[in-house]
Amino acid sequence: MGDQLMNWLMAIVQTGLFVILSPLLAGWIKWCKCRLQNRKAPSLLQPYRDLWKLTHKQPVVAEQASWLFIITPYVIFSAMILAASTVPLIAVDLPTSASADVIVLVGFFALARFFQALAGLDIGTAFGGMGSSREMTISSLAEPAMLMAVFTLSMAASTTNLSFAIGFVLDQGIVLRPSFVFALFALILIAIAETGRIPVDNPATHLELTMIHEAMILEYSGRHLALIEWASQLKLMLYGVLIANIFFPWGIARQFTWSALSDALLLIMAKLMLLALFLALSETLFAKMRLFRVQEYLSFAYLLGLLGLLSHIILEASY
Amino acid sequence: MEILQLDFYTQAILSLAALIGLTSFLMLGQGRLLRLVFVFALQGLLLASATGLAAYTLDNEHLYISAALTLALKVFFIPWLIRRHVLRMNMHRDVEALNNKTIVMLGGASLMIFSYYVLLPVISNTTTLMLNALAVSLSVVLLGMLLMISHRQAIAHVVGFMSIENGLFFAAIVSTSGMPMVVELGIAFDVLVAAVLFGIFFMHISKSIDTLDVDMLNRLNEVD
Repeated sequence: MGDQLMNWLMAIVQTGLFVILSPLLAGWIKWCKCRLQNRKAPSLLQPYRDLWKLTHKQPVVAEQASWLFIITPYVIFSAMILAASTVPLIAVDLPTSASADVIVLVGFFALARFFQALAGLDIGTAFGGMGSSREMTISSLAEPAMLMAVFTLSMAASTTNLSFAIGFVLDQGIVLRPSFVFALFALILIAIAETGRIPVDNPATHLELTMIHEAMILEYSGRHLALIEWASQLKLMLYGVLIANIFFPWGIARQFTWSALSDALLLIMAKLMLLALFLALSETLFAKMRLFRVQEYLSFAYLLGLLGLLSHIILEASY
Repeated sequence: MEILQLDFYTQAILSLAALIGLTSFLMLGQGRLLRLVFVFALQGLLLASATGLAAYTLDNEHLYISAALTLALKVFFIPWLIRRHVLRMNMHRDVEALNNKTIVMLGGASLMIFSYYVLLPVISNTTTLMLNALAVSLSVVLLGMLLMISHRQAIAHVVGFMSIENGLFFAAIVSTSGMPMVVELGIAFDVLVAAVLFGIFFMHISKSIDTLDVDMLNRLNEVD
């Protein structure tokens, strides 16, 4: 009984860590990008200050907005929190991650996106509709590619549960699997597309013709905007943790001792910092793609996922 | 053979095999000639490093020589030669519009599955390490043929032909523990001569019909 209580407590603490640390990750990416582009960087805590400021502003809602527009920020934020509870951050074998697998995770992302697209259409401005249609185009191509990458992983680990899959990777030691190489690259490409980072969407711009995510949330303000921003920072961190913990899980805690947990926290933060550095580097090096080339980019990600699946069967199967 | 039982070098060779398969797919979807040649050189580099690793694991000095030959010919000399032709004929700005690219890519994926299906009895009856990569090398051969069918430029055909040769070479490495040196040297110089001869053909084709697009070849009739 006490054990069970401890496990649930750990799960809640881990989800809380996700929520608390995600603006820090966003701040770190911004800091890296600024330094790489020879600009003066804002403080790492700037995203927290922005969120604080937004929560204290009065939200302005359009006259035509329906109830959908009001509840959407809350739905998105809670979907992201639920998604965060299924992803192992510092410890595996938690009750929340044991009850939901990676397909549920994709489902939470889809739920959040569905409401966001509806809210973009709800107020009836041209930009909202444009952003929604673009978002749905991209996500309908990105989702199958994501599932393909996930299936590659689950064929090797023979489970779709993230905790068990990570345990499998830890148990087998260091093995160079061709299918994992493909799945890793596919997942990186998809993460960039889904979180709206540079070759697909530019998170820093409000230039009308190119924006996707920003176009949908253009009408939000105050605490609604704060929740949506926070949710998208959470999503970025979720993808980062997925990549770091599935493919390089070494260091994650398997026993709930203080030393193991604190080591795991330090290690995952170091891994995320490294991943974010790569992201900032690629965002500095590459320019945004034309919208009609995004389809090519995502079909390449799909091809990688498919080849990962094939190379698992061809190159790694046991006879 | 389960991948966990293999040593790290063999795992690396299998990963390189998978990447060689990927480069074949990349060539298939490439509309720009210079980029095609670059991906071809990349495939050569992966092939050379796979050969070098195989030489190390099999402890076979001959394979070091063929790895060096692959590096010299397929990574530097032949891509340089083809690149020079492309630049000289001023074709580096052309983007070939590939019609039904999606079907070609799906066809490529099914060719890979087909080659696995064909080779499954062979692979499951032997104990040779690395033989799993045989299916990949056969699919590199088939994808090279598909590249020759689906592209219209004569230069793309030559690149497809060379990548077929890459596939055969890779098959020879993973199924035997290195061919006799005479055979390998013979093949390497055959490829070299072929590359030079193709260059001469390019000159003649472009001189006579003013393009390297093979769809234009049926305009060769005398009365126009």
